[in-house]
Amino acid sequence: MQSISSRSPLGKGFGDPVLASQRCFRLILAAMSEPGTVQLLGEAVEAPAHVSPAATLVLLTLVDHETPVWLAPGLDAAAPYLRFHCGAPVVDVPSAAAFALVDGSSGELDLGAFNSGDDRYPDRSTTLVVACAAFEGGQGVTLSGPGIQGTRTVSPSGLDGGFWPMVAASNARYPLGVDLILSAGERIMAIPRSTRISVPTEAG
Amino acid sequence: MQKTVTSPLPPRDEAYNFAYLDEATKRMVRRALLKAVAVPGYQVPFGSREMPLARGWGTGGIQVTAAVIGPDDTLKVIDQGADDTTNAVSIRRFFARVAGVATTEATADATIIQTRHRIPEAPLEAGQILVYQVPQPEPLRKLESSEAETRKMHAWGDYGPMYVRLYEDIARFGHVATTYSYPVLVNGRYVMSPSPIPKFDNPKMHMSAALQLFGAGREKRIYAIPPWTEVKSLDFEDHPFEVQKWDEPCALCDAADSYLDEVITDDLGGRMFVCSDTHYCEGRRDAGHRGRLLGTDAGRALTRNEE
Repeated sequence: MQSISSRSPLGKGFGDPVLASQRCFRLILAAMSEPGTVQLLGEAVEAPAHVSPAATLVLLTLVDHETPVWLAPGLDAAAPYLRFHCGAPVVDVPSAAAFALVDGSSGELDLGAFNSGDDRYPDRSTTLVVACAAFEGGQGVTLSGPGIQGTRTVSPSGLDGGFWPMVAASNARYPLGVDLILSAGERIMAIPRSTRISVPTEAG
Repeated sequence: MQKTVTSPLPPRDEAYNFAYLDEATKRMVRRALLKAVAVPGYQVPFGSREMPLARGWGTGGIQVTAAVIGPDDTLKVIDQGADDTTNAVSIRRFFARVAGVATTEATADATIIQTRHRIPEAPLEAGQILVYQVPQPEPLRKLESSEAETRKMHAWGDYGPMYVRLYEDIARFGHVATTYSYPVLVNGRYVMSPSPIPKFDNPKMHMSAALQLFGAGREKRIYAIPPWTEVKSLDFEDHPFEVQKWDEPCALCDAADSYLDEVITDDLGGRMFVCSDTHYCEGRRDAGHRGRLLGTDAGRALTRNEE
């Protein structure tokens, strides 16, 4: 494996671009439709360094030459991969990005830096693919809103302490705001802007 | 006898990409769908493509279905509730050919249901996707012809003129006279056209377990209602929303809880009321329910080959 990867620094994308992207999309759509549910993207893929397979599959499914991508510092190794497989322009300014790949554990993450759409076109906002460690073991937050029957409690781990208050504040601007797809390993969970988030007041 | 309503897997026509659309178009539609789900009831502009049938025949719904469908899906298509009318038959045949998917008339067996102007009577289940064909996605269009202005009205939640329209109905007729395309408020934010479904179906959109996607091909708009989302038909405290009622049950299956179409049976004023949802009606007849005209000439004309 070592010799192969040294000869070809770019990993493989979809084995079957048509059907694999369809399977991934349906799972992303299910995640976005029912915020807080965990979906397993099981397609084989060779992810770029420091990027999870699930995050890679989300980008392969949705990103192309029409969607500028912004990469958080430390994740720029993904740039050649996205340029090659998706033809996506990689931009320097977060607010210019249709998609952004970020690390949820970073205290530098600022949702306000991204495009949150405008009141006439809220759909023009950035979709963030956020890396976390796992979908259990973290601080529990309670979600409610469209796609959730009653409430749903989720506890992804490996997120910065300021992450959920920041998302809650961003979603309070509904219908403006950014949509999040959390990724860990081969799994994803979506938090669209329509989700109301209640964070326990005691620090945990 | 239970009839087989799910067709065997057809061969896919390899001359076309899977599900007809090219991959870049599917990605564009998919991105629009995700934004539509994230902002329920908001109309997302999308690059509607030419399809191999005329605009106005469901091209928006077909593009949405093409962007979500996979080889393991089972597709049901209805036109005004019927599985066996021209639009439904040709769209089902289209996807059988370009996607090689199984098709069905049974609501419970379908993973994707594309519909023109009805919601099936059988309650939809979690995991099912209902795709609506939408002729006019803008609920405010009859009040304001300018797209720039209706965008602002949605942006600012300026829905006063819509309430004035409903109030004018009450002032003139004593009740809201709108019977189809009855406007709804989605997630407490956006007024949305439910497409020309009868207002009888509006309550089924509220807190549905299924994902509802709307495609308007000519008007180039996609919108959505995620499962478990509040969908409220606009009304007034002293004139609450009501659905249609009929004086008699279905003449074929005796259902008193379904949406009925009036069918003229002769030129002497004879008429019958039958279920608009043909699969629901067949299911009830198979279960032994018998309506007033089942087995008569008038009934036989509408019940295909069954006896």
